[in-house]
Amino acid sequence: MNIAVLLKQVPDTTAKIIISEGKVDENSVSKWSMSPYDEYALESGLQMKDANNGLLIAITCGPDRSKKMLTDAAAVGADTLIHISDEGVKDSTHTQQLLAAVIKKFDANVILCGKQAADTNGGSTGPGVAEILDAACVTLVSEVSFTDGKYITMRPSNNGTEKVSVDGISVFAFDKGTTELRRPNVRGIMMAKKKAIESMTSTDLGVDLSSSNVTLDSQTPPPEKAAGQKFDGAEHVPTVVSKLRNEANVI
Amino acid sequence: MSFTIIAETNGDTLHPTTYQLIGAASSVGSKSIVICPNGRAASEASEINGVEKVISVVGDCFDIFDGGAWSAALNSVCEGKILISASPNGREIAARLAAKRGIPVIQDIVSISEGLTVERPIYSGKAVETLTISGDAVITLRPNAFDAAESGGNAPINTVNQSADIKISIQEAINKASERLDVTEADIIISGGRGMGSIDNFTHLENIADIVGAAVGASRAVVDEWGMPHRMQVGQTGKTVTPSLYIAVGISGAIQHLAGMRSSKYILAINKDPDAPIFGVADYGIVATWEEAIPALKSALSALES
Ligand SMILES: Cc1cc2nc3c(=O)[nH]c(=O)nc-3n(C[C@H](O)[C@H](O)[C@H](O)COP(=O)(O)OP(=O)(O)OC[C@H]3O[C@@H](n4cnc5c(N)ncnc54)[C@H](O)[C@@H]3O)c2cc1C
Ligand SMILES: Nc1ncnc2c1ncn2[C@@H]1O[C@H](COP(=O)(O)O)[C@@H](O)[C@H]1O
Repeated sequence: MNIAVLLKQVPDTTAKIIISEGKVDENSVSKWSMSPYDEYALESGLQMKDANNGLLIAITCGPDRSKKMLTDAAAVGADTLIHISDEGVKDSTHTQQLLAAVIKKFDANVILCGKQAADTNGGSTGPGVAEILDAACVTLVSEVSFTDGKYITMRPSNNGTEKVSVDGISVFAFDKGTTELRRPNVRGIMMAKKKAIESMTSTDLGVDLSSSNVTLDSQTPPPEKAAGQKFDGAEHVPTVVSKLRNEANVI
Repeated sequence: MSFTIIAETNGDTLHPTTYQLIGAASSVGSKSIVICPNGRAASEASEINGVEKVISVVGDCFDIFDGGAWSAALNSVCEGKILISASPNGREIAARLAAKRGIPVIQDIVSISEGLTVERPIYSGKAVETLTISGDAVITLRPNAFDAAESGGNAPINTVNQSADIKISIQEAINKASERLDVTEADIIISGGRGMGSIDNFTHLENIADIVGAAVGASRAVVDEWGMPHRMQVGQTGKTVTPSLYIAVGISGAIQHLAGMRSSKYILAINKDPDAPIFGVADYGIVATWEEAIPALKSALSALES
């Protein structure tokens, strides 16, 4: 079983986002981490690998700095590390094409990713990659297992949750998982340092990064909110309730 | 110019976001062609101002949600710029349609202006990006960020039959016990954090929720440490919510919690610590323990409702 896990390196959730000249200043990011949901995708991939004697291929598309995250993935058990250069990538569709090309190259049976990346907050990549591969996609899953030739997973439904099964090539986009994430041990970290990372470009993969219908004009800090009104003591609750009704019109 | 709108429904009626999608199209001078999956709420859609035509797409493939099957069935009647709600299902259909059509997908926009320029929050609301769209694209709209279109129209309804391969099969449905509103559906949310002291004390929040028709949410501390269901968690690794009113009780306001709720229209924070970061995003703040503030809130709200 070939298990592809799509990992994206993003500013750590605690890192400050600084804007300079209408763009997020990546150089000012104090710490880069694996996007939080991707960690759950990776953990589930490792469990699937252990249970089915599989091969785990960790794939990222990004600048050179993102290779560090692949090494982190190797420290917990990723077998093959693929870095795709993001040179020329203009939108999510381009990223999806590059990722799908690597997935095909490695004949992956199952693809695991996050429900959305912490930088784009998009949620497009999993279903988009599935579309390119003509694969099934289940989003917002928290665990996936493989039994009797089928993948079994849980997803939220209108009335609670539902257990669903899919077969054939399948993509699963992870919400927060149900299990603890494993931490690397010293041996894992040492081995990972020696592990080779295979680098590829869009040309190597035969993906034509055409122009895009969307252009980025600017990135700006979020609009300032007017300072709130603060009251000291529970005796002010009735005042606040009447403001909620008469000022804010929300109750 | 017309936009293609994919309607979202709540049972047999339109979800309020569908009115917002049509309102957003009208705000940039566009008419709407509304596609109703499985014909649900098609006549309701035909009566909305700004709707030029309604297309009911019917077929077995809509019996369960499979984003691949749905987008395959809807694709043939889509054209140009496509607007969908940024709900989980909406985002999935959007990504699929965009990949199928080879056009970009822009998720979760919060504003649209002629030209076509859109804004969307990135980095969980720590920044906003402005994009210009020059051709066809699939765009999802954040719920409650756009003015709703009004009723008052009479558009024709066409019906199209479609079939598509369903790749997902449901083995078992596990219904949740409570009939409480889901946080992503609710217009008012009251969330509790570690400051509530114990999970049992959430009944006090449920009482308030019952009075105003709110959903109950929780911080991650409560979910991880006290076993509150994860579906109630608001924040970076929980749900992103945009209600009209978000009430945070005993929640410190960690950056990861703010990521999920800072775009709420109004925020009321109740916390005993006057320096809690939650007050930095709150429109209204009450510095008090919940033990004092919640009973007062309950009686003030009951007085309003009666
Ligand atoms: C990768 C990552 C992802 C995360 N994702 C999320 C997420 O999705 N959602 C989330 O919420 N957190 C998330 N967190 C955790 C987050 O950092 C905080 O730890 C968490 O939000 C704290 O929860 P809290 O506010 O309930 O608890 P605390 O921070 O302990 O705050 C409790 C508050 O209650 C107040 N208080 C105490 N007693 C009373 C009383 N009697 N009356 C009134 N107020 C009282 C205190 O003054 C304090 O402000 C994440 C963390 C990481 C690292
Ligand atoms: N550049 C990338 N490289 C590898 N995986 C990615 C990349 N972008 C997105 N993904 C995966 O797709 C998920 C959703 O990303 P997004 O569609 O940007 O919200 C992420 O959580 C990752 O698992």
